[in-house]
Amino acid sequence: MIRPAVQALWSHWRRHKVQLVTLLCGLALATALWSAVQAINSEARASYARANAQLAVGQLDELHAPGGSIPLSRYVVLRRAGWQLAAVLEGRLRVGGRSLRLMGVDLLSYPPLPAIEDAERGKTPPDPADALTAPGRLFARSELTPLLAAQTALPPVIASEAVPPDLILTDIGVAERLLNKPGQITRLVILPDQPVGLQPLAELAPELERRPPEARTDTARLTDSFHFNLTAFGLLSFAVGLFIVHGTVGLAMAQRRGMIRTLRALGVPLQLLTWLILAELLVLALLGGAIGLILGYLLAGALLPDVAVTLRGLYGAPVDGQLALRSAWVASGLAMAVGGTIIASAQTLWRLSRMPLLAAPGAQAWRMQAGSALVGTAAGLALIAGGIMAVLLFDGLVAGFAFLGGLLMGAALLLPPLLSLILRLCAERARCPLAQWVWADMRAQLPGLSLALMALLLALAANVGVGTMVSSFRLTFTGWLDQRLTSELYITARDDQQGAEIADWLSQRADAVLPIRRTELAHETGPLFLYGIVDHFTYRKNWPLIASDRDVWDRVNAGEAILINEQLARRANLWPGDRLTVLPGWELPIAGVYSDYGNPTGQAIVSVALLNTHVPGTSNRRFGVRVAPGKASDLAQALRTRFELPPGAVIHQAALKAQSMVIFEKTFVVTAALNILTLGVASFAILTSLLTLWTQRLPQLAPVWALGLTRAQLARLELMRSVLLAALTALLALPLGLLLAWALLAVINVEAFGWRLPMYLFPLDWVRLLVLALLAAALAAAIPALRLRRLPPSDLLRVFANER
Amino acid sequence: MNVKALALLLFLPIAAMAQGFAGLGTGAEGFAVPQRGYEFDFPADHGPHPAFRIEWWYVTATLTGEDGRDYGIQWTLFRSALKPHEAEGWQSPQLWMGHAAVTTPDYHRFAERLSRGGIGQSGVTAAPFSAWIDDWQMTGPDFDDLTLTARGADFSYNLSLRAEGPLVFHGENGFSVKSADGQASHYYSQPAYAVTGTLHLPEGGVVVTGQAWLDREWSSQPLSEDQTGWDWFSLSFDTGARLMAFSLRGGRGDFTSATWIAADGSTTALPDGAIMAEPLEQTDLETRRVPTKWRLKVPAYDVDVTVAALNQRAWMGTRFPYWEGPVHITGSHTGRGYLEMTGY
Repeated sequence: MIRPAVQALWSHWRRHKVQLVTLLCGLALATALWSAVQAINSEARASYARANAQLAVGQLDELHAPGGSIPLSRYVVLRRAGWQLAAVLEGRLRVGGRSLRLMGVDLLSYPPLPAIEDAERGKTPPDPADALTAPGRLFARSELTPLLAAQTALPPVIASEAVPPDLILTDIGVAERLLNKPGQITRLVILPDQPVGLQPLAELAPELERRPPEARTDTARLTDSFHFNLTAFGLLSFAVGLFIVHGTVGLAMAQRRGMIRTLRALGVPLQLLTWLILAELLVLALLGGAIGLILGYLLAGALLPDVAVTLRGLYGAPVDGQLALRSAWVASGLAMAVGGTIIASAQTLWRLSRMPLLAAPGAQAWRMQAGSALVGTAAGLALIAGGIMAVLLFDGLVAGFAFLGGLLMGAALLLPPLLSLILRLCAERARCPLAQWVWADMRAQLPGLSLALMALLLALAANVGVGTMVSSFRLTFTGWLDQRLTSELYITARDDQQGAEIADWLSQRADAVLPIRRTELAHETGPLFLYGIVDHFTYRKNWPLIASDRDVWDRVNAGEAILINEQLARRANLWPGDRLTVLPGWELPIAGVYSDYGNPTGQAIVSVALLNTHVPGTSNRRFGVRVAPGKASDLAQALRTRFELPPGAVIHQAALKAQSMVIFEKTFVVTAALNILTLGVASFAILTSLLTLWTQRLPQLAPVWALGLTRAQLARLELMRSVLLAALTALLALPLGLLLAWALLAVINVEAFGWRLPMYLFPLDWVRLLVLALLAAALAAAIPALRLRRLPPSDLLRVFANER
Repeated sequence: MNVKALALLLFLPIAAMAQGFAGLGTGAEGFAVPQRGYEFDFPADHGPHPAFRIEWWYVTATLTGEDGRDYGIQWTLFRSALKPHEAEGWQSPQLWMGHAAVTTPDYHRFAERLSRGGIGQSGVTAAPFSAWIDDWQMTGPDFDDLTLTARGADFSYNLSLRAEGPLVFHGENGFSVKSADGQASHYYSQPAYAVTGTLHLPEGGVVVTGQAWLDREWSSQPLSEDQTGWDWFSLSFDTGARLMAFSLRGGRGDFTSATWIAADGSTTALPDGAIMAEPLEQTDLETRRVPTKWRLKVPAYDVDVTVAALNQRAWMGTRFPYWEGPVHITGSHTGRGYLEMTGY
């Protein structure tokens, strides 16, 4: 019995190939977008884990000196007390215009490094004596070796893929020379296998702070919000994709009612049929999921390089641009496809299993029930209320997304009742019978279209919201860059001595030389970069303060107060008038808060004199130079020639701005791509819904046709109806999108990055989006409309014979 | 002697794969070469010789606990120069390596320390004498009166060493030839320290007494091309006489050398072929097979003894692995001593 039943069920797909393709497309699209995001996320996380393994730090504790470096003598004292420690010196090295992380480790005591082990297994293993004695050896990715090899001042490079991207690994003796930090240690790794009976570190070195791995500035923690953002977007796309599946499965079932009735009449039990259809859906889900995985893999591969640039630029997180195929990813993608299919077709299957044997196929199935509209309204309001409660009651990114989720899903559920209300109002005002029929017919169509329209609403709102957020951010960011990057040239000297020489040389030739002294402190709120500045009108005039006391610059320059960035202010809830404990025993009143979109870490500014008092030995190698813009190029050239500086050591303001904008744009490439795709998926959902309705439309259209309307008129009306519904949805999507944008700017961004951005409105973008939505709806309605136009009148006549 | 960890030219693991044992065997670029007829200058020569490639301060002790059990300890500080000079801080090309071990009949525990010269984490000063790496130390007012400490993850010891005889010079007044090609080292010993002190072991503290033997050796090119390892004996007979003997295993035949030390400390150098060492029993240690029982003959002194390991599993699983442990002597003479075997 099973075999003929399967054959009969399958014959449907043979006769409706477009429908089969649609279903598979819906499944594939939903899976593709979701799994692409997952692939990107897991690749990034794997990169972090790999970088950790490649630096062999694993789960070892570390010792840090809050506010500075650890003197070599302190290390020796601890070693001579028996503690087994490995010294690490880190810094940034500017090579050919790029800033690379240089990590020098004591190769004798550091845990085995994969890069060294690889090199030893290679064809020409390097002589350890070369790595340990001048000039030493650098280990870096092969993509960096041409860059590094071109610098004659640098030691020879050994290419190794076992080094994280954008990092140079070397011996500590080499690092202290290149970074000009002789006798300094950034951190001490506490090795496993300590001897018995050691004196506690707290007694031996009370000034050093022991940090377990989880307390360190972990890239995974910093980037969590970024990945969470992506996941939320992926989930949204997935949900929209499921609307297509829902539409197609509903259509197929509606068309197969006759067949099912016949099969049951022939003696096939309903239960068996239900199971067969479920099995059929599972096979289709796996097939669509597999196609989606391939698409997702390609999509992720295309987007990953940009994501890698973002993560490296924004967080300094080591991410490879290469994608690897993971079995867990394949499994989860297929599971999502199958789970999604079951959710999307649950309603249809449930209806099937409860269908009376002799029920006529037809309009009844889709009629809106008054009760369900009330339930939808109540659920929608409850979801919105829940979202608002979440953000009011809880802090954090998850609450922010709960708010967004509640808002979007609640609004989606409210859409059908709202549209129904509008249509009823219109119908009441309609004067001629035809208009009355059109409005009433639209209302009757609504339940079948509502899911597709919800998808459109979500897609449009996401577009408006994310678009507004990105554009507001871009506007703020460019303005901020202009304020922040005011010096015409930025210079990095080789060492302090050269820094002093350059400053001296420039004092005759430039309008002003502004030293940029920076040190990294371990603050209770996380890592804190403390800058020391000199008094100059550049700061007074341009620095982007978002909150300040009176005489803010006078107080900072007098060493009486501190400025902090917005991230720190929001994280610790410190504002002008509060006091900040910079280091144990060093507390300052906060005079102002400045916006800072460069990175998510905390920053503070004090006068350079104060910085030198509390954190002696901060390097003095970086300067901003104020000079008439026309003279900047000549001065840069003269500087390079006079001090034999590498090209990357002198940077023009314009180049720095361009570089910053590139990172900014790359950050939102993924967002924009997902946005467009979501809209595409939503249009597709409308198409499938309209096709689903098509078969049920004939009984409703035939009488109107019989009353004298031509098929062409009916087709035009069909098209118009679709466009009108889309337009109504788009209008409702606009306020929702703006609310979404507000939530992104004021809630999500604050949680994810620590800054709150002003919201700007871009009405032209909305118009463009509206046109796009109408176009999409018109396109989606075009196929059914065309079909109607070409429908043989006999088919319309047959309606009266067959259905009534 | 301890041609021993001559190996230590380079500390990183690759070196061990190269030719011979640990990449020894080729030229002494820029390094000083041991000279026949060199006049030792003490206490300065107890200190380091950075112009030479390799050098060590090597102590082994055979001990007896108050519980009657036999113990052995090792304390070694190696210096290995990548370049024939010293420099400040991390720039120093002088590398130091410490090995410490405790051997009982039941177990063998060891630890290893690595350091760079120039930063103060390790080093040797001649007067007052002090040799150290991390918290391991061998210090004292002079070479005859030393305190020795070391600790690992599960053992530590603190021993006093008092010299009971003169320094002993091997080969030709301390110029010890290592091959038929003439490779040599500067080599002297203090073979007669009386030891008292405490071992801290997993099962508790043990007060011990016994004898220690300290070797000092430095060179720049100690092995011949064909030599792959060595077997080295330092034996103290109950008669009061002592014997240092080594056999360098090579493709062209073994090269032996020995020093007979009479009870009064007077020495006789024994040339190549004057001793015969024959493995009697092998012990399998993971991937290696090491002879842990030997027959040793010195016909000139009527010595025909069996030398057997106190613990056959005294394997030093350090970066340059080797076997080093206490032995018992039976046969024509009785006594105790230490055995070291490399290149297996």
